[in-house]
Amino acid sequence: MPTAIEVRSLVKRYGTLAAIGGVDFSVPAGTVFAFLGPNGAGKTTTTEILEGLRRRTSGDVRVLGLDPWTEGRTLHRRIGVIPQDFRFFEKITPKEAVEYYRTLFHTDVDPGRLLAQVELLDKMHARFDTLSGGQKQKLGLALALTNNPEICFLDEPTTGLDPHARRAIWAVIRNLKREGRTVFLTTHYLEEAELLADQVAIIHHGRIIAAGTPGEIIRIHGIPPRISVEGPEELAGYLRAHLTASVFSERGRVEVELADRRDALKILSAIEESGIPWQAFETRQDTLENVFVRLVGQMDDGALKSEAPG
Amino acid sequence: MNPRHIGADFRIVARSYFRNPLALFFSLIFPIILIGLFGLIFSSTASGTVSLEVLNEDHNSALSIQFLSALNETHIVQAVVVEDPSVTPANFATWLGQNDHPVGLVVPDGFAANFSRNQAVNMTVYTNPQDAASSGEAVFAVSGVANGFNLRAANGTALIQVPPAKTVGSQILTYIDFLIPGLIGFSILTSPMFSMVDIASSYRKEGIFRQLSLTPLTRAEWLTSRIAWYVLLTFVSAGIMIATGVYLFGAHVGVTLGMVPFLVVGPFLFVSLGMLAGSVTKTPESAALIGNIITFPMMFLSGTFFPVSQFPTGLQAFAHVLPLYYVIDGMNQVMLFSNTSLALSDLAVIFVSAVVVFALAIRFFQWRDE
Ligand SMILES: Nc1ncnc2c1ncn2[C@@H]1O[C@H](COP(=O)(O)OP(=O)(O)O)[C@@H](O)[C@H]1O
Ligand SMILES: [Mg+2]
Repeated sequence: MPTAIEVRSLVKRYGTLAAIGGVDFSVPAGTVFAFLGPNGAGKTTTTEILEGLRRRTSGDVRVLGLDPWTEGRTLHRRIGVIPQDFRFFEKITPKEAVEYYRTLFHTDVDPGRLLAQVELLDKMHARFDTLSGGQKQKLGLALALTNNPEICFLDEPTTGLDPHARRAIWAVIRNLKREGRTVFLTTHYLEEAELLADQVAIIHHGRIIAAGTPGEIIRIHGIPPRISVEGPEELAGYLRAHLTASVFSERGRVEVELADRRDALKILSAIEESGIPWQAFETRQDTLENVFVRLVGQMDDGALKSEAPG
Repeated sequence: MNPRHIGADFRIVARSYFRNPLALFFSLIFPIILIGLFGLIFSSTASGTVSLEVLNEDHNSALSIQFLSALNETHIVQAVVVEDPSVTPANFATWLGQNDHPVGLVVPDGFAANFSRNQAVNMTVYTNPQDAASSGEAVFAVSGVANGFNLRAANGTALIQVPPAKTVGSQILTYIDFLIPGLIGFSILTSPMFSMVDIASSYRKEGIFRQLSLTPLTRAEWLTSRIAWYVLLTFVSAGIMIATGVYLFGAHVGVTLGMVPFLVVGPFLFVSLGMLAGSVTKTPESAALIGNIITFPMMFLSGTFFPVSQFPTGLQAFAHVLPLYYVIDGMNQVMLFSNTSLALSDLAVIFVSAVVVFALAIRFFQWRDE
C-alpha cells in the first residue's frame, strides 16, 4: 500500500517551548488515522505542519510525496482541510461558498449534491453567521471536499457538537474512507478514535506515547481482562487463598484477572466452590479510554515526580 | 493573476457588503452628508452677504440713501436700517452686541450737508473681533463706497478700474467647486484605509486568510479583487457627491473622462496602503493605530477642505509628500482647470506609489503563520 503521509523526527518549537518533541509515524493511503491527545498535546501543530500552514523546526515530512511547506501550492490542490474552529465569510451562504471554491479549484462539483452529502442541503441559502456550530463544521467539510481531495485533514471536527451532529460527521468520515480517501483525524474523544480509525497514535506533551490499531494499543498498554462477580469481601479472601491470579475487591464486586483465557473455567469453579453467595457474573475488558487516561496520568505523575526536588 | 479567481472573490466581497446594511448605508449616505455639511457651512458665509445694521442719524437725507444703496450694490453687505427710536449713537455698540449683530454703521447727523460743503464727516463702523470675516468685509465695503464718493466730490476720474472680480479657473467657481474634488479624495482615502486595516487584522485572527491560503487564490488576486471593489464604490460615491453638489449647491464642476484614472489609481493606492499598514503589525490595536497615524494627517493636510496653497510654507512642503495631495490636485486640475499636463504628472506620482505600495503589501501580508 502506498504511503500518504510520512513523518520522521518531527520537531516544532515555539520559542523555548518544544510543542512537538520528535514524532514519527506514517499513514498508508486509504486508511483513517487518528491523532488522539488532550488539549495542548500538539495535535493542531502537527496537523498544520502536514497541511503546509506552519513551518516545522526540524524533521522530515512528506505528504503525497511533497514537502508541505515549500510545495504547499501543489499540495493544496490535492488535499482537503477542515481547521479546528472553522470560520468563513459571515454573510455568505453555503451554496455561494461552494461555488466560490469550485471556481477557485476549477472543478465542476454540484453544490446541491455536495451539500446533501454533508447533510447541509436545508441550510444551503442560510448565511454563515446564522449557522449552528455543527452546521458550520459541515460546511467546512463540504469545502474541504470541493477539490475531490486524496487526503482529508480534520482537526477536532466534532469538538463541542451535540451527539446527533457528531454522528452525522462520523457518517461522512466513514464515507470518505469508503471512497478510498485517506483521512487524518485529531480528536480528544476516545470513542471517536476507536470507532473510526484504522490506526491511532496517542500524543501527549508533543510525544507519541502509544501507537497502533485500537486493539493493539489495548493489548500492549491495557490491563488484562477480568472476571467480575458481585460478592462479599470474604469471597475475595477465599479466592486469594485458592488461586494464583490477582484478585481485586471493591464496592461489593470481586474481580479476578484473566491473564490466560484457559483459566476462565478454573476461576469460575473456584467461585462456585467457595459456597459464598454471588451473582451478576460478567467479564471486564480494558477500553482505549482507560488506557488513554492511565497513560496520560502516568506521564503527568512522572513529570510531577521528576520535577519534585531531591 | 487569474481573472476568474478575481471575479469569484469580487462576488464574495460585493455580497458581504450588500448584506451588511450599516456598511451600505454609510457608503451611500456618507458622501451626501459630507457634501451637504460642508456645502451648508461654507456656502452660507462665502456666497451670502453680510447684513450691516445702519443707524441713520442724517434724517434719511437723499445722499445718505444713495450711500446705502451703493453699499448694497457691492453685494458684500446688505444695509439694514435700524428703526428702533430708542437706539442712539451712544448705546449703538451695546445694542449690536445684545442683538447678535456682528457689524454696524452710524451715518452721522449732517452727513449730506457737510459733504456738499466739502467738509469731512466720520462714518463709524462697529465690528465684532470674534467675527473677523464679516467685520473685514463691512470695513472693506464701507471704505470702498466712501472712496467712490470722495472721488466724485473731488471731480476726479478713477484711473485704475477694477471690474467685477473673476474667479481662478475656466469658469466662475465657488467654494463648493473646490470642495467636491477634495471630498472625493477624502473618501478615496478614508473608506479603503479604515476597512482594509480592519480586515487585515480580523481576517488573520479569524483564520480566514489561513482558509484562503489552502485554495489556489493568490494574495495578489485577493488584493486586486478588493481594489476592484473599492474602485466601484469610489465611482458610485463620487457620482453621488457631484450630483449633490450640482443639484443642491449649484456647483459647476466639469465631469470629464479625465477623472477616471484618478478614481481607479486612487483606490488602488489606498487599498494597498491599508493592507500594508494592517500587515506590518501584529495586533488589531496596533494596526488601527498605524492606520490612524497614516490617515489623519492626510485627511486634513492634502487639500481636502482648504487649498494647500493657503497653508504656511512648512506645511505645504509636508503636504507634498502626502500621496492624497496628488490625487486631489490631479482631480482639481481635470475637474476645475482643465490642465491636462499637471494632471498627468500628478497621476504618474500616484501610479508609481500605488505599484510600490501594492508590491510591499503583497510582500508583507502573509496568510500563513511561520
Ligand atoms: N502559535 C503558537 N505560539 C506559541 N505556542 C503555541 C502556538 N500554537 C500552539 N502553541 C503551544 O503548543 C502546544 C501545542 O498546541 P496545539 O498544537 O494547539 O495543541 P492541541 O491541538 O493538541 O490542543 C500548546 O502548549 C500551545 O500552547
Ligand atoms: Mg488543537
